[in-house]
Amino acid sequence: MDFQEKLVHDLVAKHGTDRENLLPILQGVIDQERYLSEEAILKIAKEMSIPAADVYGTATFYSFLDTDPRGKYVIRVCKTITCAMKGKNQIIQAIENFLKIKVGETTIDKKFTILQTNCLGWCHKAPAMLVNDDVYTELTPESVVDILREYREEN
Amino acid sequence: MTTTKKQLHRIDLIFKNEQDCKEILRNALARSNQEVINEMVNSGLKGRGGAGFPTGLKWKLTAEQKVDEKFVICNADEGEPGTFKDREILTRVPHKVLSGMAVCAKIIGARKGYIYLRGEYKFLVPNLKKELRRFHDILDELGLDFRVEIFMGSGAYICGEESALFESMEGKRGEPRNKPPFPTEIGYLNKPTVINNVETLAHSYTILKYGAKKFRELGVKDSRGSKVFSVSGDTPIPGIYELELGMSVQDFVDDFGDGDTKAVQVGGASGFLVPRKRFGKTSIGYQGKLTGISLPTGGSMMIFNSSRSMYNVLNNYLDFFEEESCGQCTPCRVGCQQLLKGIKAVKRGEKPASYLDQLLKLTDTMKLTAKCGLGQSVANSFSSIVENFREEMIY
Repeated sequence: MDFQEKLVHDLVAKHGTDRENLLPILQGVIDQERYLSEEAILKIAKEMSIPAADVYGTATFYSFLDTDPRGKYVIRVCKTITCAMKGKNQIIQAIENFLKIKVGETTIDKKFTILQTNCLGWCHKAPAMLVNDDVYTELTPESVVDILREYREEN
Repeated sequence: MTTTKKQLHRIDLIFKNEQDCKEILRNALARSNQEVINEMVNSGLKGRGGAGFPTGLKWKLTAEQKVDEKFVICNADEGEPGTFKDREILTRVPHKVLSGMAVCAKIIGARKGYIYLRGEYKFLVPNLKKELRRFHDILDELGLDFRVEIFMGSGAYICGEESALFESMEGKRGEPRNKPPFPTEIGYLNKPTVINNVETLAHSYTILKYGAKKFRELGVKDSRGSKVFSVSGDTPIPGIYELELGMSVQDFVDDFGDGDTKAVQVGGASGFLVPRKRFGKTSIGYQGKLTGISLPTGGSMMIFNSSRSMYNVLNNYLDFFEEESCGQCTPCRVGCQQLLKGIKAVKRGEKPASYLDQLLKLTDTMKLTAKCGLGQSVANSFSSIVENFREEMIY
């Protein structure tokens, strides 16, 4: 059994094969692999005995259930109104310059992906971003680079 | 420099640090179901997610269903732009929300409850789980057979719509259902379900503790009690404030504005933009229908000063709706795309200014024909911005 097979098997064993467990199972794969590959979707469909098209259809509905390969750290910068007013564009620019990739792209070492996302709920502390599940607020072009430098220099 | 700004009355009920939830629960569980329902109905509490359905009535209708399995769901999919109060409530006073769920469960006869938490708030989970363990111990002590689980969302605004939320929990695309039937009859897994906003549940704790009478002393006519507001944008004091319902937008701006306020967006992107000339004539609450005179809100108050382009604001909202539309019904899917394309074309001069009137007609159509609140409410911000700031859309 390869890693992914075991991952899917364990998740289905933990949550159950009923359809209402699909989201937690998809989220469990995302936690480990950062995206849902075609293979992962087929394995989930088989283990849960539901059509692969249904698994794919559900997955592609949700913006956090990516079906494109992502880096180890997915950066999601809020682009909704208050963050846009408070300098979101400068934050994106600073991240792009630091990582040398554009929004939507992943670094060659597969460590970072930059995305934009809708309202994160930190409008009173804009601009804000998520790095995987962690929240960073009141960003400046300088502070965002310091934050990402720490992620880059870990391990 | 001195300011003589009038300050709105700050309320301190929701976030008051009260650790007596065992006592409140013990008392509430000892009362008859009818008594508690009456208390909730008499309080005048209306849903604090924004739609404003009477909470007591929702509990009563679900309690009347003769079905074995029922559910209580706390809607924590707070996704409306400009809203962030539910996170604060779940962080600071989660036991109040859980107590509200437990009392509701006892009344309607549910043994299972869920908190549907938006994916963006996943960092809250460790603390919430700790709180759940403590709370379940209290329920065991009091002998109430009820358990609450956390269900994570995955980044979809529409899942805050109750029937889309059920679909999502059932492992499907978050596409809203037709209504009726309403969740009180057919909800999660097609069972009768009470689904309440985080803040609504926390208010029910206040009502159970202090009584409906005390709650009704706050607010005006049809809008009783206090409300937690999320204040952001061009304000020197952004943040979360508990205020009385019924205030005028003028009083709000006097208190929270930066002295140069041009407009206030009440109720997030799906709400209404109030321009300066209407500040005095508009109040915040749920009076009858959505007339634009008294505006309901889930608590989002976004302030714009005169440096802001209302074209950019509307463009941002439409970009949001176009992405978050579930795509199920044509009026919303195509409507949002066309509105976004349309205002860009007018701005670039590719379409005449009169094209804006055609777009306004399109929003009327969406209001009538879209399947759920998302598509129906795009008209709110669109018409209130285009009608009040037409020049900014064109030049």
